[in-house]
Amino acid sequence: MTVKICAEGFDPWHEVQAYQNAAQHMAGKFGATSLFIGTMRDFNEGDDVKAMNLEHYPGMTEKQLEKIVAEAQQQWPIIDALVVHRVGDILPNEPIVLVAVWTSHRGDAFDASRYIMEALKSKAPFWKKEVLKSEDQRWVEKNTDGYKR
Amino acid sequence: MTMSIKVRYFASLKESLGRSEDDLEFEGIATVSDVWRRANAGKPLPDNLLAAVNMEYVDRNSIVKDGDEVAFFPPVTGG
Repeated sequence: MTVKICAEGFDPWHEVQAYQNAAQHMAGKFGATSLFIGTMRDFNEGDDVKAMNLEHYPGMTEKQLEKIVAEAQQQWPIIDALVVHRVGDILPNEPIVLVAVWTSHRGDAFDASRYIMEALKSKAPFWKKEVLKSEDQRWVEKNTDGYKR
Repeated sequence: MTMSIKVRYFASLKESLGRSEDDLEFEGIATVSDVWRRANAGKPLPDNLLAAVNMEYVDRNSIVKDGDEVAFFPPVTGG
């Protein structure tokens, strides 16, 4: 299980491939890999957004993410998991978060990655500040409930 | 005994307070809410803020101990 905070841009596809290639213990064991990638949009709440800054609480962020992955491990038979989250200045179309979960069967992979992602959204200490096209800056006040449609 | 507590603030809270941390020293027993009041001119801890002690979420009525790092911040918005 690995949790990473990136101050620079990252390529989620490369991260997943490199992690899987390096994890010899998984070879032949996993039948399902679930990936969630969150990417920055160029709009929010009806406004054009041209950039964003992501602040975090170094130390607590990693600790909470590790705790969330451990909680998921207690509920589903996870073979391995990788969580990567960006911080700092971000532009539209750049990836913000990657959650990858490897399991034997698909149900566990889907459910565990969903759990990790929703818990991250409500518990991991990150804060977004948007720069609008108008040059105004505003803090994102709250994450929406991912289960609500 | 004398308690030394580091207080940290993040995101919009840090901006509105105009500082990112305080170092407190005081005598006696204190809850997380008391720590906020001591650091912020006696004002009550706003309802919407979250609190952590040594990087774990805590209830605002939990008791702090000497050497703790107490953090206050708005709802999180990562992912």
